[in-house]
Amino acid sequence: MISTVYAISLAGMAFIAAVFIFVIKNSKEVEADYPSVIQKWYGVRGKWFIFLAILGITVTFLSTSPYPIADQEKTYEDNEHQVVKVGAHQWYWTMVPNTVESGKPVAFYVTGEDVNHGFGVYDDNLTLVAQTQAMPGYTNKLIHTFDKPGKYKILCLEYCGLAHHAMITELTVN
Amino acid sequence: MSSTATTSDKIEYSEAENRNALIAVKAHLITGLLVFLLMMLAGFAMRAAQGTWLDIPVDLFYQIMTVHGVGVVGAAGLASTGVLWYFLRQYVRLSNTIVWTNYFIFLIGVVLILGSIFLGKYGGAWTFLYPLPGNSLGAWSTGSAALFQVGLLLIGTGFLILYLDFGRGILGRYGSLGRALGVTQLFGMEPLNIYHPATVVAGTMVLIVNFIGIAAGAVVLVMGLVNLYYPEFKPDPMLMKHLIYFFGHVFINVAMYAAVVAVYELLPRYTGRPWKTNKVFLAAWFAIIFLVMGVYPHHLLMDFPVPAWAAITAQVLSFGSGLPVLVVTGYGALMIVYRSGIKWNNTTKLIFLSLFGWAAGVIPAILDAMVTVNRVFHNTLWVPGHFHFYLLLGLLPMIIGFMYHLTGEGKEKAQSSATDNFGFWAYFVGCLMTSMVFLASGANSVPRRWAVHMEEWVTLAQFGAVAAALVLLGMLIFVFRSLFSLPKAANPN
Repeated sequence: MISTVYAISLAGMAFIAAVFIFVIKNSKEVEADYPSVIQKWYGVRGKWFIFLAILGITVTFLSTSPYPIADQEKTYEDNEHQVVKVGAHQWYWTMVPNTVESGKPVAFYVTGEDVNHGFGVYDDNLTLVAQTQAMPGYTNKLIHTFDKPGKYKILCLEYCGLAHHAMITELTVN
Repeated sequence: MSSTATTSDKIEYSEAENRNALIAVKAHLITGLLVFLLMMLAGFAMRAAQGTWLDIPVDLFYQIMTVHGVGVVGAAGLASTGVLWYFLRQYVRLSNTIVWTNYFIFLIGVVLILGSIFLGKYGGAWTFLYPLPGNSLGAWSTGSAALFQVGLLLIGTGFLILYLDFGRGILGRYGSLGRALGVTQLFGMEPLNIYHPATVVAGTMVLIVNFIGIAAGAVVLVMGLVNLYYPEFKPDPMLMKHLIYFFGHVFINVAMYAAVVAVYELLPRYTGRPWKTNKVFLAAWFAIIFLVMGVYPHHLLMDFPVPAWAAITAQVLSFGSGLPVLVVTGYGALMIVYRSGIKWNNTTKLIFLSLFGWAAGVIPAILDAMVTVNRVFHNTLWVPGHFHFYLLLGLLPMIIGFMYHLTGEGKEKAQSSATDNFGFWAYFVGCLMTSMVFLASGANSVPRRWAVHMEEWVTLAQFGAVAAALVLLGMLIFVFRSLFSLPKAANPN
């Protein structure tokens, strides 16, 4: 997911850069008949708009069905899920239990005990695999299935004061 | 030379009023650029600290981070107002007294904010995300958090006063905001006027959207202030978050839509081609009003209580908000420059660059506004990556390009000096590198707003520091130009 998004961004930005460079290269010679330039490129603009609209609708549909966030009304305290209760404090985590099994969905019940925090789950390559906000007065239910065992790090992803960057703990996945 | 300006009735002012107005615009630009320079220095310091090249205590780091955020947003608001006000007053009668009032209120607000941060040690980030300002665990006092919020409130009040004058002027000339926006033309109630000034359309959008945005900001600031002194008053953190991000998103976005009038006004002058108003243009600006106000929930996609419909709507509107620049303004700028024989100078280079920065910066922004993508990009350095892209390469070049125009560059047909040319390239390369390093860091899951980086991320931060140094170098040249050439320059009109 991350590398695909990165590649799409770079490709899109490179495309826009190429178009701007093309126009710069063609800016010195003068086409006195500007109305004909307008007429020609307005036609292209219509197609460009339709392309972007179709792209937007398609991407929206594909990326939101099924909706990627777990149903928050549902309770996950059943045999199909491992429930981990997470409390975010200035500046430490409480996590019960702090060991889970791979291959079986984990339901993290995450809340902020004082201010807003961000519950970020990082694998052993320091790649972010899942996250949710930890907000006072609310419990966010994050469902994640770990593919592989290992030592995962929990990092704070919402600025919460002076030791924000030191708010790190570990989750063991067997 | 033709422009939208030449084909519409201009407002007549006395010579003294025009002289005073020009000074006001220059004051906005110079102040804004100086603040930007200082904030870039702050940015460089933060990247150098994350790269282990500079030893900064964490409390000072987060104070610098706070001043960097609030300073950039404030400077963006002030300088872009200078650009918009300069052009808008040509079409509707605006008051010099009011623009100066806003300017001085802004300065007072800045003093309060600087005091709260560097004397009161407030380091709660510019977002003052409730309930952090009142819960610092002893890092700063209630008084300093309050001073910060009072400073912001004061600045917001100044802008509201200015927008009341915008409203008075626009209604005095056009009778209704709808007419000024061109909505009556769009929906066929009036015939299309291709000379309806783009600046008036943009100015009306700015008035409507930022008035609402700042009003929301005032509400959340007052609620936060009450909570600081009466902690038994506990507003809902989710409501506060919505209001804060609505205000913040609207304010910084509007800065871009205010400064873009430099594109509409200056490109026609330098290419000899008109920027005519048409229905697509009017429809785009009408849509922008709703898009800019409607997309803010994309900041709350990781707040799972936000209903799915709201998150998906934010995703759709975020995609939609990229269309006006990709299809209308950016595209229009490409057409107007294509085979125009444009003379490339600092003004035109920067104005053209601004459209690239905006259009290209939209791409990582739109992607991050997708719910599924946001799960692994939210609050990583991807976020500053995309907004540095369109602030450094979009908004600022509009403002700096306009500054070069005001120095009389176009009028005197002067060639760019080697120093200015060097400044441009240092700035361009530095900004591109700064933004791309942020994006690469985000793609490596590096979190934002961390004073101390893990060992694995230090090299990226060091590249960021080098890039920031280049940005500083370029900006230093622009600021020198504004200090030495701008004050004595006559109005190019």
